[in-house]
This record gives sequence, C-alpha cells and structure tokens, in this order.
Amino acid sequence: MLRILEELGRYFLLLKKVFSKPEKPSIYYKQTMQELVYLGLNSVIIVAIISFFMGAVITLQTAYNTENPIYPTYLIGLGCRDSIILEFSSTIVALILAGKVGSNIASEIGTMRVTEQIDALETMGVNSASYLILPKIIATLLFNPFLTLMSIIIGILGGWIAGTSAGVITSEDFIYGIQYAFIPYYITYSLIKTLFFAFIITSVSAYQGYYVEGGSLEVGRASTKAVVRSSLLILLFNVILTQLLLS
Amino acid sequence: MIRVNNLNKSFGDARVLTDITVTFEPGITNLIIGRSGSGKTVLLKSIVGLHDIDSGEIWYDDVLFNKLDFEGKKKIRREIGMLFQGSALFDSLTVEQNVRFPLDMFTEMTQEEKIDRVNFCLKRVNIINANKLFPSELSGGMKKRVAIARAISLNPKYLFCDEPNSGLDPITAILIDELIKEITEEYQMTTIINTHDMNSVMKIGEKIVFIHEGLKCWEGSKNEILNTDCSTLNDFVFANALAKKLKSGS
Repeated sequence: MLRILEELGRYFLLLKKVFSKPEKPSIYYKQTMQELVYLGLNSVIIVAIISFFMGAVITLQTAYNTENPIYPTYLIGLGCRDSIILEFSSTIVALILAGKVGSNIASEIGTMRVTEQIDALETMGVNSASYLILPKIIATLLFNPFLTLMSIIIGILGGWIAGTSAGVITSEDFIYGIQYAFIPYYITYSLIKTLFFAFIITSVSAYQGYYVEGGSLEVGRASTKAVVRSSLLILLFNVILTQLLLS
Repeated sequence: MIRVNNLNKSFGDARVLTDITVTFEPGITNLIIGRSGSGKTVLLKSIVGLHDIDSGEIWYDDVLFNKLDFEGKKKIRREIGMLFQGSALFDSLTVEQNVRFPLDMFTEMTQEEKIDRVNFCLKRVNIINANKLFPSELSGGMKKRVAIARAISLNPKYLFCDEPNSGLDPITAILIDELIKEITEEYQMTTIINTHDMNSVMKIGEKIVFIHEGLKCWEGSKNEILNTDCSTLNDFVFANALAKKLKSGS
C-alpha cells in the first residue's frame, strides 16, 4: 500500500514538472508536430485495419446470433454501430494504442534515461520531463480523437461490407439500422473517454520510462509495465467514466 | 572557480561521499581520480546538481549552488557543459542538431549564426563533414568529440567530463585529453574531469584529487603523485604491471 502511494506521489510530482512553463514554446511546438507524426499518423494504418475487421466480425456475429424472425434485420446495423461507438473505437482502440504507443514511449524515454541523455538535458538547464513528455501528451490528446472518429467510420464500413457480402443483411437494412435511434451523445461519450485514455497511455508510459534505473533489461521491463498499467487503468476508467457519463 | 565544502552524500543506508572539501581552479584541468565505485561520478553529479546532497556546500564562484531553487539552478546550468561517459548524444538528432540544441534552446541567434557557431565548434574538435550523420554512425572517439562540441557551444564557464576517454584506444584517448586541456586553457573554464586512467593523469593532471571509498585521501599535481606516501594512492597509481616495473626499475 505504501509503495502504491509512493508511486502515485512520484507520478503526480512528475506531472507537476511536465506542466510547468516551457523554456521555449517554439521548440515545444516543433516537438509536438513531430510527435503528432510519430504517435498519431503512424498509428492510422493499424487502427484502420483493426477497425475494419472488428466492424466486420461484430456484424457477422450479431447476424448469426440473432437469426430470429422476431428481430428485424436492421438491428444488426444498429448493434454494429453502438458496439463500435460505445466500446470498440474508444476502449479497444485505446488498449491497442497502449501496446503500440505506450511501449514506444516507455522504451524511448527509458533508453534516454539509461544512456544519460536525460541527465544531459538536465545539466543544460532543460526541464527534461516537460521537454520530453509534454509534446507527447499534447500530440495524443489532439490526435487520438481523430483516430476514434476514423475508427468509428471504418468499423461501420467494415460491418456494412462484410454484412452485405456475406448476404446476412441488405445494404438498405444496414444503413437504416445505423441511422435508427441514433443518440449523438454517444459520440461525445466516446470522445471524452478517448481523451482520458490518451492521457493515461502517454503519462503512465512516460512515467515508467522516466524513472528507469539500470540497463536495457530494465528498459524492457518498464516497457512491459507501461503497457500493463496503462491497460489496467484504461479498463478501470472505462467503468468509472461509463457510470459518470451514461447514468 | 568551484568550491565544495564538507559534502556528504548517501543512497539509503549506503554512505557514498564523506566530508569532501575541495576547490577546483579555472584555466587548469582538475582531475578526480579513484577506483571504480569510489564515488567519483557521484561527486561529479552532485556538483552539477544531478544528485541532491545530504549536507555541505557547493559554490560556483560566489553563488551557493545547492541552496538555489530549480530556476536558480537552471541559470547556473546554462553556464555548464558536460561530457558524459557514454557521450549522451541525442540519438534522434544529427551531429549538427546535437551541437545546435543548446543554441536553439537558450539563445535568440539567427539560423546563420547558429550554423556558424555549430561549424566553429565542430571544427574546433576536428569533426569535419559529419554534420548530417547520426550518433549511431559515429565511432566512439567521434562521439566524444561531438559531445565536447555540444558542451562548448554556449561558451560555458564550467566543463565537467565523466571518464572522457573510457572505451577509447590509447591514441584517441590522448587526443581527447589534449583537446579538453586546450579548450580549458583557451576559454579559461573551470574543468573537472573524472578518470581512472593514469595516462590522463600524467598527461593533463594539473590538479588531482584522489577519492577512495568516498573520502578525499590526497590532493596534488601530476609531479607530486609519483612520490606520495599515501599508500592507497600508491596502490592505485602503480596498479598496472608496466608502472610496477618502472617503479621497481627506478
């Protein structure tokens, strides 16, 4: 228990350093643009591929599990839409990004720690925590909502293509289903969750990397810890946010 | 000038440095020597503020460094250049970007002025036609020289070198030592070098501080080190076979 409190304290102290006034905003702006590419644009393809196939599978599974004349077939489209908007594109994509982006951040910062690059920054008088972590947090907060929106669109598209190709639903029924009883707030809910998850992935992974001690073995361990802890926190906050936002 | 008074440092229950008092003069090469694990690197990192000390004083000229807040320390740190044991060049930046980094961060120089300064610093350390290379494409000696170029890019008043010639062949090691000495004299910097290389000691050791098990055991120059009656220092100085042979021969 004491260790958890100590780690929490260290995490918030790191965040305090991260959100202190930047030395030179123009340098931070440039860094943020680079991180948008590294952490955001470089995740587009993997998110698109996974979203497409998940949308397809959700549609097919819904269709094969609701083969009942009582249920209108357009419910397949509705089920696909709500599953993707409410859970897949925010939470599952966040878990995927925790693996891809989280391990990347932890290993990058961890390697900089063990090769004394962070010490070099500190010796120069640079706030290393802010310089290394703040641009990553801003980049993911800016870009991940776009990834979520893209994932929603591609997921539903995947569902439509799979459903109509497999002949489990007509195109008209699917489109009617995804429009039926649509609640726009679900998109807001999904985006709010995305922002929380983006912050968790970046800050927790950066924390794991920043306090690495030792060598390459410890960097690997920090990377694994970053993924595990980010994923657990995403699942925990998923429950909390759902209760707060949908109740 | 840097003065350290009664410095103590522990990690948990392990006492690493005990009551270190020493003065490092500008314009000469000040060497901290000692065996691996004797506390040299901890002393150096304590002086630059990378480790918080338990007690004692660290003075940079007339400023009490260890009592400054974060912002105060930042001002002093902008006058510090540091060469790390593994060079600590930023992997994602080219040679030019590495040397330019402090200029980008702390100056309002124009692009042309920055490029001129970078080229001047690289030329000073004999690095030519390597501006666009990444650290992974450089040899160990080149990395050290680029790290020196980065350390001097802001014309620092204080230069710290942590084992500058570790991992280098003897000839490159001498070149690095000579370069540091030349730069120190040229810019009248206060230079502190951590080393356990006796070649460096005999080549550039104008002021030498010997640390053993966290204690300052001896202080003197390279001319005095061979005739000392400090037994632990003698064990250290004459540890290798060649030195033993020379001593017994003389």
